[in-house]
Amino acid sequence: MATDYKKDYLTGLRTTLSAALYPIQVVVDLPRSGGNWLKETFSSRQQLQEENASLRAQNLLLETRLQKYDALLAENNRLRELLDSSSKVNEDVLIAEILSIDLEPFTRRIIINKGDIEGVFLEQPLLDANGILGQVVSIGAFSSTAMLITDPSHALPVQSLRTGARAIAVGIATGNQLKLEHIPNNADIKIGDVLVTSGLGGRFPVGYPVGTITTFEIDPSQPFAKVSAKPNADIEHVREVLLVRNKPPTLNIEHTNELSEELSGEPTHSIVDDEQDSTVIDTLDNQDGEQ
Amino acid sequence: MMGGRGGFTILLSFAVAIALMIVSLPSWIAWARPDWLALALIYWCIALPHRIGIFSGFTAGLALDVIRGGLLGQYAAAYTVIAFLAIKLHRRMRHFPVWQQALTVFLILLLGQLTILWIKGIIDEPVPILYYWIPSFTGLLVWPVVFIVLRSIRRNFHVQ
Repeated sequence: MATDYKKDYLTGLRTTLSAALYPIQVVVDLPRSGGNWLKETFSSRQQLQEENASLRAQNLLLETRLQKYDALLAENNRLRELLDSSSKVNEDVLIAEILSIDLEPFTRRIIINKGDIEGVFLEQPLLDANGILGQVVSIGAFSSTAMLITDPSHALPVQSLRTGARAIAVGIATGNQLKLEHIPNNADIKIGDVLVTSGLGGRFPVGYPVGTITTFEIDPSQPFAKVSAKPNADIEHVREVLLVRNKPPTLNIEHTNELSEELSGEPTHSIVDDEQDSTVIDTLDNQDGEQ
Repeated sequence: MMGGRGGFTILLSFAVAIALMIVSLPSWIAWARPDWLALALIYWCIALPHRIGIFSGFTAGLALDVIRGGLLGQYAAAYTVIAFLAIKLHRRMRHFPVWQQALTVFLILLLGQLTILWIKGIIDEPVPILYYWIPSFTGLLVWPVVFIVLRSIRRNFHVQ
């Protein structure tokens, strides 16, 4: 157990065993997938036509938006070049389906039907149409396990879209919620603020929506405010997930540079994200340091 | 261990128990899911202590760890404890009336859960303390059913 916890020698064993046990998972998932199949097979022609029409309309809408996005992308690239920083926009994705299986109670993990063979890798970020969902924590040959962002042992570096303030979003054991840790009582946070990934951990791509602030409670007797957020991703109902293929590049390097700067005793707040609101960050960093 | 004399039946009952452990349930009732695999293990340990024992418990636990994606070895450790206790007590438990058996099973399940709680405590995995014990209570409630079903299976398929 200690070996599994600290090292990854046992990954091979786990992969083999999980491939051997995959049939049980498939059988357990059968009622749902079979139900879907039946529904698709016996849906009427009219229904299909209606669905087709609505999908076509939606597609048109999305394509129009994409055109605008292309223009913005070009502009963004140009501006980035001016700023002399790297761009990383073309994330390639793989679509996987969630198996309808319950895992370890009190953890929030899911099993997806893509594994080693399809090129899933450890720590691969998982998205749905609305936002960040989680990351892959173990891989089998045909399936892999992903930890959701609401898992109590998951922490995600986020920043507020409105103020740029950074924080860590941690899952809680009960319910579909995130809590923000070590937020000072005077932080500039409002209910309804949108949180996006800050990309500072180096695992998640930058700028994907994570959640929306739902409560911000200040208890004067406590050192930190109680802030919770609702994930944007439809964690309870999502069936299909997107796996982002390429690992976010360059950020790691920037991050280590920044760390070494911190270690060599330079002021911590003169780092890469210049456009951020520095007062909040200052307090945040200080508070973090005290922990 | 699994050849002839209904070894396949035993294996199948374990597979069904594992399947029951991972069937998707609404979250409010998933907390109360009894530990089917432990119950099956206890039954077979009582009924066939010469065939199913600590090693089978360890293997079943390992399978559950892999399939549920927890720390590799936590259920294996717990099921080893459970199988040991069931083997140790099997002579007495065979003569107990069902309700008394259920109480003993409840205690064994509690000890198994305690093992897992210790392991989770060591690796700092947060556990909501009161909900955590519910599966032992539901295990107590469903034991008579498990016992009767598995006994009829054992008799019908001549597993010995």
